Amino acid sequence: MSDSYDDDEYMEEEEEDLFEDEVMSDDDAAMDNEEGDYPVIPDKDKPKSYDVESKSLSVDDVQKDMRSQVEYVVSVFGLEPDTARMLLRDYGWNRERMTEQYMEDPSKVLIKAGIEPDATSPRSPIRSTSSQPPKESSFSFRRSTRKNPVPDPVTESKFMCPICCDDEPPSTLALACNHRFCSDCWSQYLEGKVRDEGECVVRCMKDGCSLLVPDSFIKEHSSAKTYDRFEELVLRHYVSHIAHLKFCPAPGCTDTVSCTAAATKSALDTVVPSVSCAHGHKFCFGCSIDADHRPVLCKVAKLWVKKCQDDSETANWIKTNTKECSKCQSTIEKNGGCNHMTCKKCKHEFCWVCMGPWSDHGTQWYSCNRYDDKAAIEARDAQSKSRISLERYLHYYNRWANHEQSAKLSAELYVKTEKKMEEMQLTTDLTWIEVQFAKKAVEEVLRCRATLKWTYAMAYYLDKSNEKELFEDNQRDLEKAVEDLSELLESPIEAETIPELRANMTNKTVYVQKRNEIMLEDTAQGFREGRWTWNVDLP
Amino acid sequence: MALPKRIIKETERLIADPAPGISAVPHEDNLRYFDVKIDGPSGSPFEGGQFSLELFLPEEYPMSPPKVRFLTKIYHPNIDKLGRICLDILKDKWSPALQIRTVLLSIQALLSAPNPDDPLATDVAKHYKQDERDAQRVSKEWTEKYAK
Repeated sequence: MSDSYDDDEYMEEEEEDLFEDEVMSDDDAAMDNEEGDYPVIPDKDKPKSYDVESKSLSVDDVQKDMRSQVEYVVSVFGLEPDTARMLLRDYGWNRERMTEQYMEDPSKVLIKAGIEPDATSPRSPIRSTSSQPPKESSFSFRRSTRKNPVPDPVTESKFMCPICCDDEPPSTLALACNHRFCSDCWSQYLEGKVRDEGECVVRCMKDGCSLLVPDSFIKEHSSAKTYDRFEELVLRHYVSHIAHLKFCPAPGCTDTVSCTAAATKSALDTVVPSVSCAHGHKFCFGCSIDADHRPVLCKVAKLWVKKCQDDSETANWIKTNTKECSKCQSTIEKNGGCNHMTCKKCKHEFCWVCMGPWSDHGTQWYSCNRYDDKAAIEARDAQSKSRISLERYLHYYNRWANHEQSAKLSAELYVKTEKKMEEMQLTTDLTWIEVQFAKKAVEEVLRCRATLKWTYAMAYYLDKSNEKELFEDNQRDLEKAVEDLSELLESPIEAETIPELRANMTNKTVYVQKRNEIMLEDTAQGFREGRWTWNVDLP
Repeated sequence: MALPKRIIKETERLIADPAPGISAVPHEDNLRYFDVKIDGPSGSPFEGGQFSLELFLPEEYPMSPPKVRFLTKIYHPNIDKLGRICLDILKDKWSPALQIRTVLLSIQALLSAPNPDDPLATDVAKHYKQDERDAQRVSKEWTEKYAK
């Protein structure tokens, strides 16, 4: 989006909240109705059938959501909230699978997750500040079979922390497994794991011990900053494991979007989940190719982008710099010399200008006046056939790239239009509100260009059929409408024609908007009905 | 900067009570940098060879693992041509309770039991998987050539 447009304004445009939308459109309608003569540009932000349903959640909302999952497990099994949260984490927040397996064999599930089975009863992990050597734990899932090279605290009269070798640590801590270390080492370890490594699954410091450090232990023995980071990591873990949740990818944005319609992989075969967060950042829920690649499906968009990355430059170069041998169709670059070509591969001799066989040129060496000769025409025909697929691709690519380029220039267009709007206010008695039609037109043009861009990717992969023809009719109508409106936006402003321009532009904006809707509506419906057939195998 | 007590203790013990077939001596001017020698374990294609390694204890040690690298050329699926070692305890399975001694013992064990399913040197690993005997022959040859 353009930098020159401030975010708040944009946010309003993208607002998903129905209620506010109603209020806004009422306002708009009231303003426009005062004029009477001009058509109203309908509010385009009302949910359409091709929009997927989604909800933006704040950090607090997600936390609440996560907590309710934990509370459910707590209430069903009477577990400690900490334990429940750790178990759910171990199961990738798959509550159903977790509860099912827990019901079968609770201690097996707990041990697998690295939780002391006894710790499930309301009791905090063993903690002691005495420097007395602890008893060796009977903790059953210690896997350490390595020879313990550190003097075992049991055999020594005095405790020495095996990490820092301090033999008089002010305080020591151990989890339920009784692997005792000094408190300083513990907090250093927790800081390192959470802050540097970004881990929300932290195990006992002892090598080979798989006991999980309980959340409460982390809270108690690390700095507030570290614990905040830990909570953030748990939240991230939650969001990344819940299929219908996704973080807004915009830098600095903390919103999460929930979209159940696009939660499964198969759902992406029929919907294009363009969503936006409460701060108005648009993104695709299914992929990261483009913020809004409607009407085309994620996987088709992906296919197309990959093809363009691989092929477009090469194809363009081949098209401009080479011809094919009229006999064997090898691609030939002519990098110097005369027009008398000899194909390296099949030794066919031909003329570079007319592509006809060289023998027909007789004694007229190095010049060609036989361009219309039958043999030459045939040779060129054969060549053109071999280029059809290349041309076909470039046809779609160039149009796609053209709209992409236009989108990149959108910031400029906004600035230019803003200047025009100021000019109109100066030269006529139109108010600021009344000149908004120009801005609306720009927005609509950009929106439709984004749609158009992706229709070319779609058309490239659509199988030849009546359906495709209808698709291309819609595409053509939209393209035409957009170009008309674009032209109008570029036209110079003369004071006396402004009222006419305004009516004209408003009309065209409404029309373009309608064409865009028809385009999106029809393709979305086509996906639902399985109407589109492709000329490639979709992955 | 003063050397942490932990490193002093470990060094003392490494010198006073070395593990069989392993020696680790710190540099005089940098006590965090060790010259390591590991004898090829008997029964392995590395038997009879002596391998030089370098070991460095980073600032964060023991919260971060030591950095270890082979200096002697070795034909082993988990050690690449730069001498870097693919060993879990040197990466994500590191625990601050592990020590220089345990790390070196693990490396010695890795020489006895190459793991071509988790390769670092892919060509060597492929060789080991396709024709273990021939791969071991090459390992033996390299041991003769570089580790004597």
